[in-house]
Amino acid sequence: MSRSPNAAVLFAALGDATRLSLLRRLSLEGPLSITRLSEGTGVTRQAITKHLNTLGNVGLVRHARRGRERVWELERKRLEKARAYLARIAAQWDAAADRLKAFVEQG
Amino acid sequence: MNTDRIEKRVVLRAPRSRVWRAITDAKEFGTWFRLTLDGAFAAGKTVRGSHDNFKVEMRVERIEPERYFSYRWHPYPKDSSRDYAEEPMTLVEFTLEDAEGGTALTIVESGFDRIPLARRAEAFRMNTEGWGGQIKNLAAYVS
Repeated sequence: MSRSPNAAVLFAALGDATRLSLLRRLSLEGPLSITRLSEGTGVTRQAITKHLNTLGNVGLVRHARRGRERVWELERKRLEKARAYLARIAAQWDAAADRLKAFVEQG
Repeated sequence: MNTDRIEKRVVLRAPRSRVWRAITDAKEFGTWFRLTLDGAFAAGKTVRGSHDNFKVEMRVERIEPERYFSYRWHPYPKDSSRDYAEEPMTLVEFTLEDAEGGTALTIVESGFDRIPLARRAEAFRMNTEGWGGQIKNLAAYVS
């Protein structure tokens, strides 16, 4: 397992609807067990485990013990990096919109 | 977590007709966007532009006067030494509405999820290198 995978591997891990929904739930609800994560998804525990391992291999999530239970939680720093691509393009649009504003408001 | 689209909304203190011209007149667009474009925008037409070391191709999709303008292009990074022709494009949409004291403009760029993963990854590197300059441009503009 690599501690600092390159971004292509990171995006491959993110490119799946089930994995994105797992990340969303962990983000909203905090650390959760595999049992909780598979509830109501229609996806087997084995499949959920496989997805979590994929996310874990690129450092997006990690598991920890809580009592007798194993829970999964977000590795926030990696997620922030994954958001950076869109954030950078958004910042370029912000700058362009500011220039447009100045352009049309000056008369 | 939405990785497919960016949305930006801004109110401009200018009439709709003025904002419309700034967006759809290729010369005016080039002024504020900082691109030199080789022709006028028309639905279905491809307009080429350049700025410093990058080139863009804007494929105009739809023009609804004073309300909606859209085009497709290859998103950042735009490296002139690379051929992106085979890659999917993102869709950029400008929507104008009346707003108190001016015009509300919504800019949406969508379709990032179809961009190859390696390309999105590459943007990290290019943006990291190119970003210092962009921030300086912005700082110079606002000060």
